[in-house]
Amino acid sequence: MTAPRFRPALAALVLIGALLLLALPFLLTPYYLGLIVKIMIFALFAMSFDLLIGYTGLPSLGHAAYFGIAAYATGLLALGPGWNLWLALPASLLIAAATAALFGLLALRTRGSYFLMITLALSQVLWGIAFGWRSVTGGEDGLPDVPRPNLGLPWSLADDAPFYYFVLIVVGLATLMLIRVVNSPFGHALRGIRESETRMLALGYNVWRYKFVAFVLAGTFAGLAGCLYAYLNRYVSPGYVHVVMSAEVLLMVVLGGAGTLFGPVIGAALFVWLENLISGYTERWLMLLGIVYVLVGMFAPNGLTGLARDLRKRWGRS
Amino acid sequence: MSALVAEAVSRNFGGVQALSNVSFTVQPGERRLIIGPNGAGKTTLFNMISGAFAVSDGTIRLFGRDITHLPPYERARMGLARTFQITNLFPNLTVLENVLLALQAMDDSAFLLHRPMRANAHLFARAGALLEAWGLAALAGQLAKDISYGEKRQVDVILGMAMQPKVLLLDEPTAGLSAAEVVRVVGMIRSLPRDMTILMIEHDMDVAFELADRITVLHQGRLIAEGPRDAIRNNAQVNEIYLGAE
Repeated sequence: MTAPRFRPALAALVLIGALLLLALPFLLTPYYLGLIVKIMIFALFAMSFDLLIGYTGLPSLGHAAYFGIAAYATGLLALGPGWNLWLALPASLLIAAATAALFGLLALRTRGSYFLMITLALSQVLWGIAFGWRSVTGGEDGLPDVPRPNLGLPWSLADDAPFYYFVLIVVGLATLMLIRVVNSPFGHALRGIRESETRMLALGYNVWRYKFVAFVLAGTFAGLAGCLYAYLNRYVSPGYVHVVMSAEVLLMVVLGGAGTLFGPVIGAALFVWLENLISGYTERWLMLLGIVYVLVGMFAPNGLTGLARDLRKRWGRS
Repeated sequence: MSALVAEAVSRNFGGVQALSNVSFTVQPGERRLIIGPNGAGKTTLFNMISGAFAVSDGTIRLFGRDITHLPPYERARMGLARTFQITNLFPNLTVLENVLLALQAMDDSAFLLHRPMRANAHLFARAGALLEAWGLAALAGQLAKDISYGEKRQVDVILGMAMQPKVLLLDEPTAGLSAAEVVRVVGMIRSLPRDMTILMIEHDMDVAFELADRITVLHQGRLIAEGPRDAIRNNAQVNEIYLGAE
């Protein structure tokens, strides 16, 4: 942990980035603006997952459970009672958190590949419910025509630019919260658990309690991403809770680099961009994704941000 | 009141009896050395005192309280610290961050999510002072996996000391160290407050006899001798089965 320094170059970069993000609706066509929104949502989803796999060392393969159940809650609350955002969003997050708490109680009794299997199994139970309980979830057809929230502002979130700003603000605030968490004493303890659980126990940490809080926190932030995704697509389907979704968020984190918050953002951006680019030419997107994954695994095991770090070290710039 | 009591402690792994019926009492402030050939059950004993393994049978008391079934972190919070025979650090964290984790465990801030870790200036100061005191300040910013073996062993001991425990279990702190490093580590242990109770497993007899008040000898899972340093040094049975075996 190096002492905090003011780095003018970094500050300038952040400022330029922020200005660019604010200006994007004026620069991009609606199609590409929608792509950026999707990237932001998946960046949040991937960051929440990195809290587990990258910081705490918990390899879950069921992280879509919380993303998906919050998306369903958002869709059902908007289509059914028609709650406004200030009720529907907290309710959806609460459902995601409660699901994560329940699954955490069951899954955190195991570790390693057993943890992976049980999180996978639990999330597939949710998928089974989403797929089978047609009268509520719409089954395979999902929930179409989910209305976007009405904030009572002069701008309608049904329009592209206001929705973009809405997602930008929500994801931005969530990112700031995650940055605080990983830099807190709690976040430091999570990294200790990743590195050596036995030593943490010997030092007096109630490791289970840290893991449980991290698990619920990660599930809640994944739920926030799920809410936004339901609003973006105006649609929820069983695919949102499916293991493929869990695997995709895992790939994003691995692609970008686990153990930092920046890595998952890069991974999510690359993933969504590649998917969009390649799907335009061929049906074999998953095959190409597999190749990219193998290449990253072979040549950049710490993800793209890890690769950049290593190259910079090798070329003698500190 | 005794600092640590083991009453008829046993442990078997499958059919193998790693420890059978071991009983001893350690007084507050005592330096107790545990010696014995490989496979005597020394590290198994430490793992049961610290809670890493469950005991098969018997009772362990820390300052009178039965801790036999407490999880390891609760024992640590009662003032029991340990180091590891096989170095057990946080490899991808810096040496400073390693020490900070040891200090933070007992700090009120440990479970705070919203405050930056940097705000804990008092912990940074203590961690820096500890590393400075042991001549490791230059390593503070290096990853624990990148420092030398001897340095890792020293950091392992510092993590145990940083907890300011009432009872410290040292599992072969000098194993594999150079002669100069052994002198440093022995100096570290000597400098610990005299009211801190220390149990230490040691293979180097010179080190063991230098530091010990009393010595417990384990052999094939059984306690075969215990007594003041000089009595053990002159114990014929110990010399035969342990010292003579080398």
